[in-house]
Amino acid sequence: MKRPEPVHVVKQRREALLRSLVDGVPYIRFLGIQFDRRGDELTAVLPYHDSLIGNPALPALHGGATAGFLEIAAMIELSWSSLWEGVEAEGALPAGPLRLPKTIDFTIDYLRTGLPRDAYARARVNRSGRRYASVHVEAWQDNRNRLFAQATGHFLMPPVEPSA
Amino acid sequence: MPEIEAIARKFIEALPHSHALGMRLERIGAGEAEIAMPYDPRLVGDPESGVIHGGAVSALMDTACGAAVMCHPAAGISTATLDLRIDYMRPATPGQTIRTRAECHHVTRSVAFVRAVATDDDVGRPVAMATGAFTVERGTK
Repeated sequence: MKRPEPVHVVKQRREALLRSLVDGVPYIRFLGIQFDRRGDELTAVLPYHDSLIGNPALPALHGGATAGFLEIAAMIELSWSSLWEGVEAEGALPAGPLRLPKTIDFTIDYLRTGLPRDAYARARVNRSGRRYASVHVEAWQDNRNRLFAQATGHFLMPPVEPSA
Repeated sequence: MPEIEAIARKFIEALPHSHALGMRLERIGAGEAEIAMPYDPRLVGDPESGVIHGGAVSALMDTACGAAVMCHPAAGISTATLDLRIDYMRPATPGQTIRTRAECHHVTRSVAFVRAVATDDDVGRPVAMATGAFTVERGTK
């Protein structure tokens, strides 16, 4: 039987995959979104910043900031989960530039006012075919069971490169 | 009526996140609003192509739809998004300003219904469309 890989090798590879999805996207940096990883489970984190506010009188997070956060959380989860198996089996990141899925449509459901504090989101890929995927994402702030927004989106998967 | 428009204009221009995204209110009145968002490399979603991320387009849609509700004579100056669906028809051409025209086309006692279309320089081929429902606050006027 093959010896299990040393833990730091495994961690390094998974971190590298996550970084390759997240680091190159300016809009993710613009919103300040980070990702927590536990094994293959990702949690998107939107640290509070004054520039995320919509109505300063309340104050409340801008619905657009929430929408962007949810869309990124959904898109990264979809890319991550579609690449995970291959990267784990190959022990290496895919070659060539990374192609992200394209959003076809996105429906955001605002359940509560977004408070001026950190927000978290987790996405679930409900269906992922060769061409289309459907992803659901939930966001909360203080309490995991009190969602402040949720969304469902359909995505067009990047074309699979013919393997050499 | 022009008073409502003035208040709505002031309100929209004071939204910190819309300001951070570089949005400019071009036109507002009678349940309609037009907001422009100039191209900004910080908002790019695909570094390979330089196309603006859909999330930034969503924020533009949300702001324009909210503005349309605020300046509708039957709705209130205070509103919140209940839901918003965005269809992305094609990537916006890098380097071009994205403009959203939103129209609050129906208002009930509790809900305002809105639709919006986003275009770049090629006005005949929309980049994205949105439909949404917004709250109507009573007793705030």
